[in-house]
Amino acid sequence: MRMKRVAVVAAAAFAFTLTACGEEGTPTPSGAGNGSGAAPASDTCSTSGTTFTADTAAAVTGSPTFDKIKSAGKVVVGVKFDQPNLGYKDTAGTRCGFDIETAQYLASKLGVDPAKIEYKEIPSANRETAIKGGEIDYYVGTYSITDKRKADVSFAGPYFVAGQDLLVRKDESAITGKDTLKGKKVCSATGSTPIQRVRDEALTEPENIVEFKTYSECVSQLLDKKVDAVTTDDAILKGYAAQSPDDLKVVGQPFSTEKYGIGLPKDDKAFRDYVNDQLEAAFKDGTWQKIYDGTLGKSGSPASPPTLERY
Amino acid sequence: MSSALYDLPGPRGRRRNALIGVLATVAILGLLAFVVYRFWETGQFEARRWEQFKFKAVQRELLEGLWFTLKAAGIAAVLALLFGAVFAAGRLSDRTLLRAPSTTVVELFRAIPLLILIFFGYYVPLQYGWSIDKMWALIIGLTLYNGSVLAEIFRAGINAVAKGQSEAAYAIGMRKNQVLRLILLPQAFRAMLPAIVSQLVVLLKDTALGFIITYPELLTVGKTIGGRLAFGLPYVPSYLVIAAIYITLCGMLSVLAWWLQRRMTRLPKSKAVEPVPLTDATRQI
Amino acid sequence: MTEFLRVLTDNWSLFADGFSNTVQLFLYSAVGSLVLGTLLGAFRVSPIPALRWFGATYVNIVRNTPLTLVFAFLVFAVPKLDVNIDYFPSACIALTVYTAAFVCEVVRSGVNTVAPGQAEAARAIGMTFDQVLGQVILPQAVRAMVPPLMSVMIAMLKNTTIAAGFSVLEAGAIPAYMSERGEPQFIVLIWITIGFLILITPLVLLQRSLERKWAVSR
Repeated sequence: MRMKRVAVVAAAAFAFTLTACGEEGTPTPSGAGNGSGAAPASDTCSTSGTTFTADTAAAVTGSPTFDKIKSAGKVVVGVKFDQPNLGYKDTAGTRCGFDIETAQYLASKLGVDPAKIEYKEIPSANRETAIKGGEIDYYVGTYSITDKRKADVSFAGPYFVAGQDLLVRKDESAITGKDTLKGKKVCSATGSTPIQRVRDEALTEPENIVEFKTYSECVSQLLDKKVDAVTTDDAILKGYAAQSPDDLKVVGQPFSTEKYGIGLPKDDKAFRDYVNDQLEAAFKDGTWQKIYDGTLGKSGSPASPPTLERY
Repeated sequence: MSSALYDLPGPRGRRRNALIGVLATVAILGLLAFVVYRFWETGQFEARRWEQFKFKAVQRELLEGLWFTLKAAGIAAVLALLFGAVFAAGRLSDRTLLRAPSTTVVELFRAIPLLILIFFGYYVPLQYGWSIDKMWALIIGLTLYNGSVLAEIFRAGINAVAKGQSEAAYAIGMRKNQVLRLILLPQAFRAMLPAIVSQLVVLLKDTALGFIITYPELLTVGKTIGGRLAFGLPYVPSYLVIAAIYITLCGMLSVLAWWLQRRMTRLPKSKAVEPVPLTDATRQI
Repeated sequence: MTEFLRVLTDNWSLFADGFSNTVQLFLYSAVGSLVLGTLLGAFRVSPIPALRWFGATYVNIVRNTPLTLVFAFLVFAVPKLDVNIDYFPSACIALTVYTAAFVCEVVRSGVNTVAPGQAEAARAIGMTFDQVLGQVILPQAVRAMVPPLMSVMIAMLKNTTIAAGFSVLEAGAIPAYMSERGEPQFIVLIWITIGFLILITPLVLLQRSLERKWAVSR
C-alpha cells in the first residue's frame, strides 16, 4: 500500500502547485539577464490604442463568407501567436500586434465586435487547408501572396510588404547575406515561403535545412548554436531581435519581396472586393499608419501603406 | 525470484558488490550533477526562466492544457473501448463474413503509425471542404490506433479463459451468445483489466502527438510557455514541468493497474483464467 | 487512378528519401535500444541494489513520459550540456532511450520464464552472475523474449514518425512537404500507409511464425 500513498501525496502536491499561490496579473520578466546589457523587453502586450467599433450597417451582397459571419454573429480568424509585434499572445492570453489589429479592424468593418473574434492558431503548413476547409473565415498572419497559393485561396491586399532576411547571433560575422549561407545550418518554419526559397535557390545544402513548427524553436536552436541562421521575413525577425538585443541581430540584407495578404476563401469575389475596399480606406484615413506605428513600427523602421493589388 | 541467478555473496563478494554499487552510484550521481551544473551554468534555473509559473494566467494555461489532454484522452478511451469490443466480437465470430473484415480492419490500423492516422483525421476532411475540430482529428487517430490494440487484448482475454468453462456451458445447453455473455466475459474481464489500463496509459501519453496539429494539449502549452523569448526561451523549465505532470498522471494510472492486478489475483474465483500477458499482439509502446 | 500514381511518381525522390531515412532511423535505434535495454534488464536482476534501483527508476520515468517529450529534451535540453548532436542522431538517441525501457521489461520477464533449476545448476558448478545470465539464462530466455521484442520493435518503427516534428526528413515528414507542393493529402497519406504496410508486414509475419514454431517446442 506504500505505492498508493505515494500516488495520493503526488496528486495532492500536483494539485496544490497548480492551484495555490498564484500571482494575479501579467507576468513581466524581471530582466535578470546574464549580467550584461539591458533588460529584455516586457512580455506584456501593448497595442496601438486604436478602438474598433463594429459597423452594424455592414453588408456585402452575394458573399457566402459574409452571410456565414453574419448568421454566426462572430468571425473565426486564423492568426499566429509567437511573432512579437505581428501576431503575439502574451502570458496573460492577450493578443496583440500588427496582424491582430488588422484582423480586428476588418472584423469591425464586417459588423462584428472585435471582442467576438474567435482566434485560431494555424501553423504555416496548414493555412491553405484551413481556409479551404472553412475552419476559419479569414487569415491574417504574415501570409505572403503567391501565385501557387492563389490556386487554393484568394488574397486581399497586400496590406504590408516585407522582405526575407536572416537572423543571426550577435557575434556572427561570416553570414552577411543570402550568398554566404553555404555550409551553414538554416532554420525556418515547416511549410513557409522562406524555407521553400532556401530550398529552391539552393542557398544551402539540403541536409543543412532545419525545420520546426514555430520560429521560437528556431531561435532557441540559434542561441544553442545548433543552427547558424534563422530565415524569414524581416518584419518577424526584427521583433525577435528587439526582444533579445544582446544575443541576436538581423543581417539587414532583404533578398525578396513578401507581400502580406489577407487569406480568404477562394472565389468569393464580393467578399474579396469588400475587404480590399476596407483596407484602402484604412490606408487613406490614417488608421493603417496608426496601427503600424503602435505595433510593428516599434521594432522596425518607418513605413507607409503599400499599393493594393486587386485581381 | 531472480535471486536464483546468483549465490548469496560471501565476505569478498559482498565487498566487491559494495564497491561496484558505490562506483555505480557515484557515476549516476556524477552524471546527474553534471546535468544540473550545466543547466545552472546556462541559466536554466534563473528566476526569469521560472517566474512565469508563479502567475495565475500561466497556471490557467497549464490547467487548460491539462483539461484538453484529459478531455481528448477520456473521449478517445471510451470510443477505443467500444471500437475494441465491436471488432473483438467480429474476430471471434463464427461467420467468415464478419471475421474477415474485422481482422483486416484491426490488422490495418495496427500497422499505421498514429501520427499518420491523426493526419488522416485532420487533412482528409479539410481537403473535402469539411471543417473538423482538431480535437476530433486527434480522437479519431487515438481511437483507431488504440481501439485495434484493445480489440486484440479483448480477444486474447476471451481466449485465455480455460476451455473447460465454455465446454461446460455448451454442455448445459447454452448458446454461443450466452456462453460469451454469461461465462466468458465476466471471467475474461478481470484478466484483461491490467492490460486495458496499461493501454489507456499509452493512449494518455499519445495525446501529446496533438502538438503536431496544434491541438492545445499539455505539450502544446509547454511549447508556448517555452517559446517566450522575453523570458529567455525557457524550454527546459517548461518541459521539466510538463514531464512531471505526465509522469504523475501516468504513474497514477500505473498504480491503479498494479492495484487491480493484486486485487484480482486475491479473488479465488479467478482461478480459471490467467491475466492477459502484456506480450505479443497486446504490447504497444 | 492515374492521379493516384502520378502523386507517387512525381514525388518519388521525396518518398524514397523519407522512407530510406525511416529505415535507417529504425535500424540504428533497434540496435541501440536492444543493447541498452538488455543492459538495463541485467541491472534489474543483478545482485547490486544500486543498479537494480537505477534500472527500476529509469523504466518508471521513461515509460511514463510521452516519446514526444523525450525528443523535445534531446533537441532543446541536451544542447545546454555543451553537447552538439545533429538532428538525425538526436532522433536515434531519443528512440533508443525510450524504447530501451520497454526492451528492459521484456528482458526481465523473459529471464523469469527460465526454470529456476537452470540458474541453480549453473551456480552449483560455480558460475558467476554474469556467466549465469550471459551463458545460461539469456540464451534460453530468447525464445520467450523474441516475439514480444518484435512487438516492441514494430511499435518503434511506427514511432519513428514522431521525428518529423524535430527536423528529421522521414516518412512522417512527407505530408508537410506535400502540402507545400499542393499535392492532395489523401493520396499522399494512402501512399505512406502502403509504405508502412510494406515495412511492417514482413516483421509481423516473422513474429507470427516464430511464435507458432516456438510455442510448440517450448
